[in-house]
Amino acid sequence: MIRSFLRSREAILLAALIALVLLVETRFAGFAAPSNLAAIFNDTSILVILALGQMLVILTRCIDLSLASNLALTGMVTAMLNAAMPDLPMGVLIAAAIGLGLLMGAFNGLLVWKLEIPSIVVTLGTLTIYRGLIFLVSGGEWVNSHEMSAAYKALPRTEILGLPLLGWTGAAVVAAFAVGVNRTALGRAFYAVGGNPGAAIYTGIEVGRTRFQAFVIAGGLAGLCGYLWVSRYAVAYTDVAGGFELDIVAACVIGGISIAGGLGTVTGAVLGALFLGTIKNALPVAGISPFWQMAISGAAIIVAVAFHARRQPGRVILKPEAAR
Amino acid sequence: MSITRRIAIATGLAAGLWSTTALAQDDMRIALVAKSLGNGFFEAAARGAEEAAEELGGVEIIYTGPTSTTAEGQIEVINSLIAQRVDAIAISANDPDAVVPALQKAMQRGITVISWDSGVAPEGREMHLAPSSDELIGQTIIKLAADQLPEGGQVAVLSATSTSTNQNVWIEEMEKVMGEYPDIEVVATVYGDDLADKSYRETQGLLQSYPDLDAIIAPTSVGIVAAAQAVQDAGKVGEVNVTGLGLPSEMAGAIESGASKSFAIWNPVDLGYATAMIAHALASDEATAEPGAEISMGRIGTATLDEDNQAAMSEPFTYDASNIDEFKSVF
Repeated sequence: MIRSFLRSREAILLAALIALVLLVETRFAGFAAPSNLAAIFNDTSILVILALGQMLVILTRCIDLSLASNLALTGMVTAMLNAAMPDLPMGVLIAAAIGLGLLMGAFNGLLVWKLEIPSIVVTLGTLTIYRGLIFLVSGGEWVNSHEMSAAYKALPRTEILGLPLLGWTGAAVVAAFAVGVNRTALGRAFYAVGGNPGAAIYTGIEVGRTRFQAFVIAGGLAGLCGYLWVSRYAVAYTDVAGGFELDIVAACVIGGISIAGGLGTVTGAVLGALFLGTIKNALPVAGISPFWQMAISGAAIIVAVAFHARRQPGRVILKPEAAR
Repeated sequence: MSITRRIAIATGLAAGLWSTTALAQDDMRIALVAKSLGNGFFEAAARGAEEAAEELGGVEIIYTGPTSTTAEGQIEVINSLIAQRVDAIAISANDPDAVVPALQKAMQRGITVISWDSGVAPEGREMHLAPSSDELIGQTIIKLAADQLPEGGQVAVLSATSTSTNQNVWIEEMEKVMGEYPDIEVVATVYGDDLADKSYRETQGLLQSYPDLDAIIAPTSVGIVAAAQAVQDAGKVGEVNVTGLGLPSEMAGAIESGASKSFAIWNPVDLGYATAMIAHALASDEATAEPGAEISMGRIGTATLDEDNQAAMSEPFTYDASNIDEFKSVF
């Protein structure tokens, strides 16, 4: 079992991640210190959560490009709710954020399931629709930090055992996925639908319905992240998380989630997100010219994918005909 | 078709065209193009432009812009404005050169084109209205930092994108006067791309890379808010002062927490007002954009064009704990 892990793509990625941290450490002492690594994990938590949501969608041979817009809209709505009603308990606000996210995910899922529109088209549309809705609800106005209540801003920053609640939320989602994806019938259905949709039908799995469920879960997580994001940066504006949808997909791709569906692991998605997050945190302190930063991020993605290009069998439940 | 009929048709067409232009002139349409929609600064400028429109009468302001700060988005917006046959386009450019061809096309169609806030290369506009002179802004931002550091110290600059016209000019002007502050050292310039998360992360990087940092100058409204939040989260309030250019409504929290002691900005409402006034004067041929020309900006005063057809509105105004409450609800 250990030997098979060492040969897996996750092991290669983990080694690359450790090498990256050590490389930055040589340029900037203290980068690999536990407290800094915890800070990076905290900073990357949102990307980790969203990459896991995206992973489910990609496993079913779909893609959700609207996650960042979903996040931005729920973030704006929670900030406006908080500004209008500062006494609203945080529990209600977070439930509203998740609920709104679920709703947007369900809308994507229904279009993919019932109308059988390709997911890339559906979510490309909802990406703009959700982003446009932010203009409509906010009128283009910002919600600023002094308009938010202290509790709203404090919650993700509350430290428990040295790690802020934001980081713990990320860890909790990872744990839930580790169990849910590997140990439940629904988790296996995602793999089955992506691995071989035709065979999945014969085993009694409804393909469209499973895809719908993946979109709903991803949407709910995006809603949760909407609150976390706005609270963390203490500002809500229309362009929140602009371009973040591509980071989420990139994290999945780096993590070895096959765009063709049916292949990929929770560990991979988490490592992919952490890899990207580490690069984002490392570049500002490594003293690299800002003009090079984007090129380096892009190169890292291509190198990582090149490693994965040699298809290794991952967790395939129902093998397609050709693979036998 | 006989030659007389052809002439008759041509005359008719010309008359038709004439009447549409005449109709358009009844209600002059001035397009105010922002770097991106949903930015408090530009929303405030749009309010100022509306104020000018009311004062002038018979002017319609079309406030528009792309949804993200890209030159590509602005080019699309400009093309659609050309199709709508507006009378004037006043743009704050995301890139000084990329929008030039589209704007030249607009000028060929007889549309008055001026740039404001963030300029366009001279061949792409008739004139540029800078909110303040670049020299004054450059001097102001370093003075804001230096005033809080009588003993001297280290400062870093957090800019927007590395191609942002106005940011780069201000930083250049700031560097020119650094000789007046011998004890102050600018240790780094980083780019937050006007994104809250990237600016936040860049600030965290600065705090880690330069443990003795005393001040961060962010001449951008998104950057200064994110930097103040990052300093607050790092528990460095009092050690690192965040200053630069920001909006009072967005910076009220940072002044309250002490992460920022003071910052400056010109009044965007005034800027939008002055832009609309100038666009109206040029589009109605009351004034001509040429070096040395003096164009009225209504209640603000008169803009005098330099040899590059540029004019400055006024000098930036400093906000701190003493006046923030008064202005935070204004813009």
